[in-house]
Amino acid sequence: MVTIDMEQPEGRKEGLRRMLTIRLFDETAEKRFLDGDIPGFVHPYIGEEAVAVGAIGALEPDDYITSTHRGHGHCLAKGLDPERMMAELYGKREGYCKGKGGSMHIADVDAGMLGANGIVGAGPPLATGAAFSIQYDDRDQVALAFCGDGGIAQGQVHEAINMAATWDLPVVYVVENNQYGEGTPVEKQHNVENLSDTAHAYDIPGFTIDGMDVTAVYEAVAEARDRADAGDGPTLIEAKTYRYRGHFVGDEEEYRTDEEVEGWQREDDPIETFKQRLVDRDELTDEEFEQLREEIATAVDEAVEHAREAPTPEPDEAYEDMFAQPAPEIQHFAAQFRADGGERGDDR
Amino acid sequence: MTAHAELETEATDRMTVREAINQALREELERDEDVFVMGEDVGVMGGVLGVTDGLLEEFGEKRIVDSPISEAGLAGLGTGAAATGTRPVIEIMFSDFLGVAAEQIINQMAKMRYMFGGKIEMPVTVRTTEGGGMGAASQHSGTIHTWIAHFPGLKAVAPGTPAAAKGLLKSSIRSNDPVFFFENKMIYEDSGEVPVDEEFTIPIGEASVERAGDDVTVVATQRLVGESLDVADDLEGDVDVEVIDLRSLYPLDTDTIVSSLEKTGRLVVADESPLSYGTHAEIATRAMEEGFFSLDAPVQRVGTPDTHIPFSPPLEEEVLPSGADVENAINRIV
Repeated sequence: MVTIDMEQPEGRKEGLRRMLTIRLFDETAEKRFLDGDIPGFVHPYIGEEAVAVGAIGALEPDDYITSTHRGHGHCLAKGLDPERMMAELYGKREGYCKGKGGSMHIADVDAGMLGANGIVGAGPPLATGAAFSIQYDDRDQVALAFCGDGGIAQGQVHEAINMAATWDLPVVYVVENNQYGEGTPVEKQHNVENLSDTAHAYDIPGFTIDGMDVTAVYEAVAEARDRADAGDGPTLIEAKTYRYRGHFVGDEEEYRTDEEVEGWQREDDPIETFKQRLVDRDELTDEEFEQLREEIATAVDEAVEHAREAPTPEPDEAYEDMFAQPAPEIQHFAAQFRADGGERGDDR
Repeated sequence: MTAHAELETEATDRMTVREAINQALREELERDEDVFVMGEDVGVMGGVLGVTDGLLEEFGEKRIVDSPISEAGLAGLGTGAAATGTRPVIEIMFSDFLGVAAEQIINQMAKMRYMFGGKIEMPVTVRTTEGGGMGAASQHSGTIHTWIAHFPGLKAVAPGTPAAAKGLLKSSIRSNDPVFFFENKMIYEDSGEVPVDEEFTIPIGEASVERAGDDVTVVATQRLVGESLDVADDLEGDVDVEVIDLRSLYPLDTDTIVSSLEKTGRLVVADESPLSYGTHAEIATRAMEEGFFSLDAPVQRVGTPDTHIPFSPPLEEEVLPSGADVENAINRIV
């Protein structure tokens, strides 16, 4: 797989490809959710693509990440397969979690992706644990936790950062400040202007960067990764970014104006800006960009077609995967459901 | 995995519950480099109740880690570490403090394996102390294991004897599932014979008949195992009492309970947790579901009568279930 090496033209192009993949994947997921095709909730990452791609671009392939409820971007940046992701969104067995997780819990531990997470602020303690394992085994890896401006208001995040700072654990905390914690603006949730100011409390480096600029994110995280890898402990990076969509698909967004959203889209769009930079440097033409867009759009459409056709899990699979060593209770209780000739009643 | 299956020696040593737990930790730290112990004051202090005494000196700071007072952080770190190749043994000083750590326990540790379609291992052990009796008042005396046993995705064990403590802790540490190991602090000084073979383990999910009897079955946990055995001795000649140490709360060994019930026809459940919606109810229900036609009398429950544990000694003594309460329960149905 081509890596997102921002020092190289091919790597930069790959960065653009991943950002565009995130955009088109989530635009499609949004449509299919509104069609009623995808069940549950969908939290689009649209607008924040530079953060996931810049940050993960600065990692090595076997580094760990933890994600958030808005996790599609982190998964795609980490190199997860859009087809298996879409299958998971559709609740299909071929999905990353065999249909048990859905949009909010996509994980691929083998790829170092320790899970999207439905609990705001839950990722940083988990990444801190991964960093502890890395330090314990003296492995050449780091862990990176994404969390939102909402997440950093959670107490458990601060417990984790304090532990990592105290023990110099190899971890990077990236706070995606997308301006809103669900529907409440960041200034109504925090007293500090820059969320990286929190770093002072732990005597660790803290930086606030432009999260709409993939290169800026890449550079900040690359430096933080070096520091972590060298045994110098954690860094807290706040990437100021913007969530183009509501908190979830269907959010009526009464807390902000169309003008505000359009302003960010017009002036700061991370994909448009980075594409233009590559065009200006003669690394890409507009035609190549359109071609890239078509390729990705086709791949995403194919992922949807595949997900629609893929087999659903058998109902019995609901009773699997609870434990490594199963508890007999589960099959016992499940059998009671099916004791009357294997049917659960005609009304279901 | 069965008890005693691969033992080279049947020899035993007499030791306390505290020593048995310490020995189990020492043996598993010795056996597996991935095992580390982390918690508040587990190192230099050797645990606030002395259970991890001497481990720091033997295994060093890398493997015996004094943490900040951060239960949520501890639970999260343990979960993240277990998911990425190590085998944490986390100590939460008092089980009441599990409330501080609850998010990581119930939404991460318990659910990750299932949510991810089984594609992750979660070999974490959480040791914690329970129980009243030392004047520690309401925030340091709770018996909350029902909470954990109730929550899908977690296993829970609560030994009543030194041998059970050692064998179950070793199994907990070796397990690839999250296991909560509940230590009643009033039995740390209780002594008993414990197998010395380092391969001695007790399977999670197996109860133990500690004393055979024909008239009534007492299913007991933790401190109430020993107290029920004393009651059985006192009643010998009048009532023939069978005493079972439940040992595992989840999974629960229904077969051992029902087999005993088929013999005795009468059941008392003795567990220090609060009575409503609890461990007692689960055991009574399973006895009813699987052994209804063996029951000759209503199942009796002995537990804490839905209060917190008060500070003042006469108040504390009032609410804590004891051997006398087990005896009364027996007398109600025989």
